[in-house]
Amino acid sequence: MALEINDLCVNCWACEPLCPNKAIYSAAPHFEIDPDKCTECAGDFADAQCAAICPIEGAIVDELGDALNPPGSLTGIPLQLLAEAAGSAAGTAAKTS
Amino acid sequence: MELPVISNTAESGGGGCSSHSCGSTADQLNQIPDEILQKVFNHPCYSEDAHHHFARMHVAVAPACNIQCHYCNRKYDCANESRPGVVSELLTPDQAAKKTLVVASEIPQMSVLGIAGPGDPLANPERTFATFQMLSEHAPDIKLCVSTNGLMLPQSVDEIAKHNIDHVTITINCVDPDVGAKIYPWIFWNNKRIKGREGAAILIEQQQKGLEACIAKGILVKVNSVMIPGVNDEHLKEVSRVVKSKGAFLHNVMPLIAEAEHGTFYGLTGQRGPTQDELQALQDACAGDMNMMRHCRQCRADAVGLLGEDRGAEFTLDKIAEYELDLEGAAARRAEVRDRIAAELEEKRNAKAAAPAPKLVALDMSGLATKEALRPVKMAVATSGGGLINQHFGHAKEFLIYEASEKGVRFLGHRKTDLYCTGGDTCGDADTTLQQTVKALEGCEVVLCSKIGYEPWGMLEEAGIAPNGEHAMEGIEDAVMAVYAEMASAGKLVETAEVPAQSAA
Ligand code: SF4
Ligand code: SF4
Ligand code: SF4
Repeated sequence: MALEINDLCVNCWACEPLCPNKAIYSAAPHFEIDPDKCTECAGDFADAQCAAICPIEGAIVDELGDALNPPGSLTGIPLQLLAEAAGSAAGTAAKTS
Repeated sequence: MELPVISNTAESGGGGCSSHSCGSTADQLNQIPDEILQKVFNHPCYSEDAHHHFARMHVAVAPACNIQCHYCNRKYDCANESRPGVVSELLTPDQAAKKTLVVASEIPQMSVLGIAGPGDPLANPERTFATFQMLSEHAPDIKLCVSTNGLMLPQSVDEIAKHNIDHVTITINCVDPDVGAKIYPWIFWNNKRIKGREGAAILIEQQQKGLEACIAKGILVKVNSVMIPGVNDEHLKEVSRVVKSKGAFLHNVMPLIAEAEHGTFYGLTGQRGPTQDELQALQDACAGDMNMMRHCRQCRADAVGLLGEDRGAEFTLDKIAEYELDLEGAAARRAEVRDRIAAELEEKRNAKAAAPAPKLVALDMSGLATKEALRPVKMAVATSGGGLINQHFGHAKEFLIYEASEKGVRFLGHRKTDLYCTGGDTCGDADTTLQQTVKALEGCEVVLCSKIGYEPWGMLEEAGIAPNGEHAMEGIEDAVMAVYAEMASAGKLVETAEVPAQSAA
């Protein structure tokens, strides 16, 4: 039972000091969780602390790869707008707005 | 007819702060103890005289944040402190302290250090206070400032009071949780993420408690607000009243900057920022009557050096690591510079005081139908300091905005030319610098400068702003009044239906 940080992480340091098991460490290109230490905060807190403060949707996932903070859940940005923004960033320099 | 130059007076006429709405009448000022006023008036960030001479810098040591603002993308610096989209180099407390000491050795005018984003300094108390600790020890003459979203302020006040912290800036965008719910999607509080109105209510409560606690400890508090049209613009007048009644010495309103490219909630949902005129009107209603306070530059957190210059690139980490500090020598040089500047400022003030009624500007109204009310006019001035019109239009990074009316000249504030996106790859087909400058001068009818080029001249005229280089090297207030008088005699100022007086109300 352990969470994982993926490459959406922006290295903001918010999660690191909160981990009751010191499982989170700064690494390149992004922060990592030591799977041997992470308990998903069981016994310490009701919510996984890293996922409770992480500002980036999708950056922290469980063992199944499911995001604890799925798109739109933190920013409140409608999914359609998120998709459009991702589309225009992925495309060429073409400006849609 | 004699026209006084209105400086710190409470009664400001058209467009000014009406004492009821923003609570900064003379009464209000009287609540602020003299020594605090003194502190503020000599502060490089707030004194028009002083800030041309002193330098300040910010360092980023505190990357984590404990709330989310709808105008912030956390890939970048705290948008409360920098323009959106800026990324500062993250330093360890050791590096930050050393960098500050190196800058303070190389630039003896260095007098203020701020800890700013990315992140909230008080969400990272160890790193923030470790930096302050080292600096209080090695350079006690440098003023320290901390800016925060306020969530952890009540818990941090005791620690703040222990350091050489000159003032605290809290970004307060609302005092009503319903408004807050539209600005802050969540906060992190007691080991939980709390969303919506409930989170906003806690944040507001903490901000207000923190503000009160700082005041009770004698710590200066400045309040920043981000103006979000349709969300908190009207509400900010209430915010202003509340924070001032609790003792904040300045309430500073900044414009929302939201672009889809920033990937923020406001950027993607098309929330617009205020126009220069809307911003100025609200700033006018909230800044209060203390002219000097209007000189707060909302300085960009990523710049190093004197106002308007950025020497950040000179101080790379390599250079800092190698640099051998001579703390005593540097402190002595700073003391010398400070004394010299103090003497100069003193001399200037005395000269001003000695000059025969310099604050009175005669406006010859003879031959005019004075029964008719003249509308006030906003003018922009390009200056590099000294109270003179002495800057080339093209060199101005900011303009001072004055309002001339029958009552006299009133300083309204600054407008920066680079406030909005500067183009480049993130902004696509952005405006040219010149277009931006013209946009920044919206609402002004005249721009006074020492010289101006052919191209900008044309563009300004097209935008309905009259360029004027005839008053080069003259005192600003005299020149503004002279131009106003000219306009009056040319019959341009009589209130008519098709020229709405935007600021009179
Ligand atoms: S879930 Fe809890 S234990 Fe696991 S890394 Fe996150 S904070 Fe640490
Ligand atoms: S809080 Fe999220 S974005 Fe920040 S360092 Fe941790 S995983 Fe990365
Ligand atoms: S407080 Fe600053 S860093 Fe935190 S979300 Fe708001 S703007 Fe961003």
